Formats: sequence, structure tokens, C-alpha cells
Amino acid sequence: MSGTRDQILGSIRAGLGRGRLDVQAISALEDRVRTHRRNLIPARAAALDHQGQIDLFVAMAEEVHATFTRVTDVDAVPGAVADYLAGQNLPARLVMTPDPKLDDVPWDKAPLLDIHKGIAADDDAVGVTACHAAVAETGTLMLVSGPDSPTRNNFLPDTHIVVLRAGQVVASYEDGWDRLRAKGAMPRTVNFISGPSRTGDIEQRMVLGAHGPRRLHIVLIDDARA
Amino acid sequence: MQPTSHDFKANAHRALGDPNLQRAMDMMRTGFPVNRAAAIARLPEFDALRDEGIAIKNHVIANLDFYLETFEKNVVAQGGKVHWCRDAAQARETILGICRDAGAKTVTKGKSMVSEEIALNDYLEANGVTPVETDLGEYIVQIRHETPSHIIAPAVHLVKEQVAESFRATHTHLPPDRPLDEARVMCDEARTVLRAKFLSADIGITGANFLIAETGSSIIVTNEGNGDLTQTLPKAHIVLASLEKVVPTLEDASTLLRLLARSATGQEFSTYTTVSTGPRRADDTDGPAAYHVVLLDNGRTALLGGEFQDMLRCIRCAACLNHCPVYGAVGGHAYGWVYSGPMGAVLTPSLIGIEEAGNLPNASTFCGRCESVCPMRIPLPRMMRSWREREFARRLSPQAQRWGLAVWAYVARRPRLYRWVSAMTSHILSLVGGTRGRFRTLPLVAGWTDTRDMPAPEGRSFMSQWAAREKRS
Ligand code: SF4
Repeated sequence: MSGTRDQILGSIRAGLGRGRLDVQAISALEDRVRTHRRNLIPARAAALDHQGQIDLFVAMAEEVHATFTRVTDVDAVPGAVADYLAGQNLPARLVMTPDPKLDDVPWDKAPLLDIHKGIAADDDAVGVTACHAAVAETGTLMLVSGPDSPTRNNFLPDTHIVVLRAGQVVASYEDGWDRLRAKGAMPRTVNFISGPSRTGDIEQRMVLGAHGPRRLHIVLIDDARA
Repeated sequence: MQPTSHDFKANAHRALGDPNLQRAMDMMRTGFPVNRAAAIARLPEFDALRDEGIAIKNHVIANLDFYLETFEKNVVAQGGKVHWCRDAAQARETILGICRDAGAKTVTKGKSMVSEEIALNDYLEANGVTPVETDLGEYIVQIRHETPSHIIAPAVHLVKEQVAESFRATHTHLPPDRPLDEARVMCDEARTVLRAKFLSADIGITGANFLIAETGSSIIVTNEGNGDLTQTLPKAHIVLASLEKVVPTLEDASTLLRLLARSATGQEFSTYTTVSTGPRRADDTDGPAAYHVVLLDNGRTALLGGEFQDMLRCIRCAACLNHCPVYGAVGGHAYGWVYSGPMGAVLTPSLIGIEEAGNLPNASTFCGRCESVCPMRIPLPRMMRSWREREFARRLSPQAQRWGLAVWAYVARRPRLYRWVSAMTSHILSLVGGTRGRFRTLPLVAGWTDTRDMPAPEGRSFMSQWAAREKRS
């Protein structure tokens, strides 16, 4: 296989009409990668203040069929989840990622919720997760995998409920990357999620819930507004 | 897949006479272009982002060796492995080898045009590994033993009655008289059938929209979430990607992602954009234990330094297909191989040879819409013309084909006819729904299918221009 590698690299250089890059050229390219400079960021979200970004996030996510409960206090989250499930006629049993970001939610305030923590199974109808960030530009959630946030929990349950804090709303994907880099190593998986799963593969008719969740509900803790 | 690109003309004739196909194509022509135009109108920076995207891709192409080596280094640093493959056969063998080593019986697959390019499914099947396509459109064409007719909407050539028929024929464990008259119901049925496959698969294979040199990551973009279940649940994740997919950084990928969904479906962003880096971490509770990237050349490096080099900028958004009057009239299968529409007419001869695909560059009215909507501003009409000249020079053109060329040259030189076609098209686009059959009767397309009815070209024909050029050079 290393023979193939050299062959391919050789035909790239031959096609480009040059030999190997020299040391200077390589170090300039390495710099470009290391500094990961931003390209143009659309003004749509970047030009807004934080409250404007939060409102834009909500509007853009609703456009792609996410739904919201906006609360002003973390204490209101369990009730918001219970009300949402009741309103949709969904079971009150849910699988929750053991994410420490959910630890300060007083789940016992909603005693009817039957919560089990861990990795989702095929028959879990409802899942609750936290997230890493929310990108206002397109109403896109950013979730990352880790020991406390298995990726399958974002996809297996038919209803995905995400607990989001106002401070997690950022303008752009690039802001999300910066926050991730600040935390250290890349996780195995980064999921950008804009609304529930969908397909248009049969006669271009949009159907929600193709393989992933049919419903994406976001409980937004808007504590800045309190 | 055995190419039938040499038969474009016969394929096209058949397509124009296929009522189901024509109904399906009517639906396609109205949806994508309207949505794209609306999405772009909402983003004032779209053209500036295009210029940046083009600059990123050109920069990568000029330094492709560096970025591939950097990508590999970072994949390895994250615990993954890169397999360099010169051609389709080598890629197929490599993937089978990984399957065998893992003792895999079933693989689930996310949508990958490169997988179609290397005809992976037939090969795996012949060697005792069952591939299951999980994108709804891909699943439909797989159970129908067809190939995708569109690079992002594989089953766009079908009407729902055909899908229902295939579901009844395949899902024989379900009551034969169940109602299957709505997309919603069929989608639910496929979801249930495929959920079981996701849970039992040994290996997941996906394509990649981008590879990130900085982090050694691969990115897939889907709406269904099938790619995510494919690459999360099994014990190994194989990424099959052609080598021009590499970009320097996550920031560069973000710029290109802003162009991709808008150009493709008119979405602001696809539902799922997923960045995968190496196998699961030691303390992760899910994710694949192994991460392989099969990096395929298959003729791409041969485009470097030549007149088709810019084709390597293509991000496979399908805007050129969605806006092409020829594609819209005959659909993707007429092109006879994996890639269709204007990008296919350019890429197919590059990848399988002009002898096989000589007719494709003629599948154009040279109206220029493909280039104008291409986010990467790839000069598709110029490239098709260039292939056409080469084909002509090699005397591969049969007489009938030369007639065809003359007709296109005739139409292409008449701005009024073009304006009329464009006006007609925008009229059609403004009528979402209720447009059946209209397009097929456009004089342009009629002329194209029956060349002899067209008036003789006035002025200098393509052939005489070409001959004059040959003399000059
Ligand atoms: S050639 Fe341009 S428009 Fe066509 S698929 Fe590629 S990037 Fe998109």
C-alpha cells in the first residue's frame, strides 16, 4: 500500500508540474493549518448582540421544525419537559445522557418523569441530552460525543429533547469550533443538528422522522432574561 | 456498474417516452431550483463565499500532496488508518479485506457516489458480504436493482406508485394488502426495516463530503440521520472518499458547507452535518472501535495540470443537474453511468474514457445555466465543448452525432431562442406544481431529440468553426 501512496503522491506532483514542496513552502502551509484563520462569516448572526442571536437561533430552528419551550430558570426545565411530553401524548419515560451539564436540573420537581440515565436503546422513545453550543446563523445545535454523551442518544429515540442554555448560543460554526478547541482534544463525533430527521426521497415530499428523531424539542434556559 | 454512456442518444429517447419518469422529472424541476434561489436570496454574502470557496479548493489542488499527507498524519494520530487506492479494484479489495478481518457479514451504508463509482455493492455481495443501503432513496434503488439517477436524490426518477410496488415485492413479511399510498407510510415502513439492519450490522461504510487535514476528520452531510446510525452503531467505520475531498481546516469546511446545502436542496444547512475523528475514545460508551479511510484516486490525479483540473473543485451539490434542461428532460439514467447532468458529462469521460462516454458532452444545450449556478464556478460548458472537440478529433462521432452537434451549435448561437427557453423555464419554476409535460414539449428539446427536423444551421456551424481552428493551430 505504501507503494500506492508514493505512486499517487508522485502523480500529483507530476500533474502539478513540480517536485516535492520545499521546506519554506511546507512551513507556510503548516502555518495556515495551525492558525486555522477564519474566512468570511455572514453578518446575519455575527452582527447581532447576544439576545438577538438567541432570537435568531430560535427563529431559524423553528423554520426547520424544531420546537421550543423557553424558560427563564433551570428549575423550570423538568416541568417544561413533562408538559411537552404530555402535550404530545408521549410516554413520560425517558433516557437521559449522564452529562454533567444536566446535573443542576432539579429533575425531582417532575416526579412523573421516569428517567433512566445512560446509553439509548432501540426501544427508548424519548431521549434528553445537553449540547455543546447552538449556532444562531442557521438554527443549528452542536453536540459532541464523550463518555457522558454517547452519539446514539441523538439518533435512536423518536423524540429528542435538548436542554440548551442561553450562554451556549453563538453566532457561527466557527464560534462553536473555537469553544471546542478551548476544551482540548477533538471528540470522536461532532453532530451539527438542524431540526428533526427528514427525507424528500419519495416524490420530493418532505417527511419528518426518516431514521433519526421525528421531533426535536429544545428547552431553552434564557437566564439572561430572568 | 457497466457504463452505457455510449448509448446516450438511445437512452435519452427511451427516457422521453417513459411516462413515470416524465412525471417524476416534472416534480424535480420545480422543487430544487426554486428552493435554491430562495436560500441564496437570503444570504447577501453568497457570492463572496463562493469566491472564498473557490480559492480554498484551488489552494488545496495546488498543494494536494501536502494536504493528503497532513490528513493521513492526523488520522493516524487519532488512532485511525488511511488506505491509499489507485483505482476501483484496489479500493474494493481493500474494503473487502477490512470486512474479512472483522468477520463482517453485513455492512450498512450511507449514501456514497464513490461507492457507486467503484461498484462496491456487487463486489461485496459476490464475496459473501451483504451491503444494505440506508439512505431512503439509495435503499429504494437498491431493492429495485437500479442505480441512483441523481447524485443527491437517488430515486428522483421514480413516482410513489413504483416505490410502493417495490416495497410490496421486498417486504414480504408484511401484509400484502397494506395501504402504501403515501410517502409518510412508506418512509415509516423503511425506517422499521432499516432500524433492524442498523442494529445488527458489523461495519458501517459512509462517503465523505470533506476530509479535514487539520484534524484528520471526515464530514458527512445528510438529512435522514442514516449516515449517523451507519457509522455509530457497528464496530468499524469505513470512510470511502476520493482524494480531492480534503480541505485544510474546520474553518475552510465551514465556508464550503455554507455553499453546499443552499446550492443542493436550498436548505440553509442540512439536517445533519457530522464530523468524525478516529475511532471511539477509550472512555466513550459508543462509537466504532476502528476508523478506516479508503482514499481513492481513480483517475483524479490525471486531471491535474490539464484543462479539466477545475472539475476537482466540485463539491457534488447537484445544482448543475437541477438546472440543466437536458437532465430535466431525460433524467440521470440516460447518462449511462454514475455521474449525470453537466458534471457527469464532464467527469464521466475523464474517469471512464472518451471512447466509452463520447456522446455525453453532447448532452448539453450550452445554455450556460450549470456554470452560473455552480457554487464552484466550474466552467462546465467550456469543458463539455472541449471534450466534444476531442471526441471529434478522434473521429469517434458517428454521422448522427455530428448532426446533433450542428443543432446545438445552431441553438447556442441564437440568443433569442435561449432567452425564450430561459423565460419559459422561469415561468415553469414559478408554477410550483401543475406543470406536467410542459417542458418536454419545448421546441429546444424536441429539436434535440429529432435532429433532422431542425432547420439547417445558418452561419458557421460548429464543424466549420472547429475545422478553421484546427487549421489555425
Ligand atoms: S459541478 Fe458545480 S454545480 Fe455541479 S455538482 Fe459540482 S459543484 Fe455542484
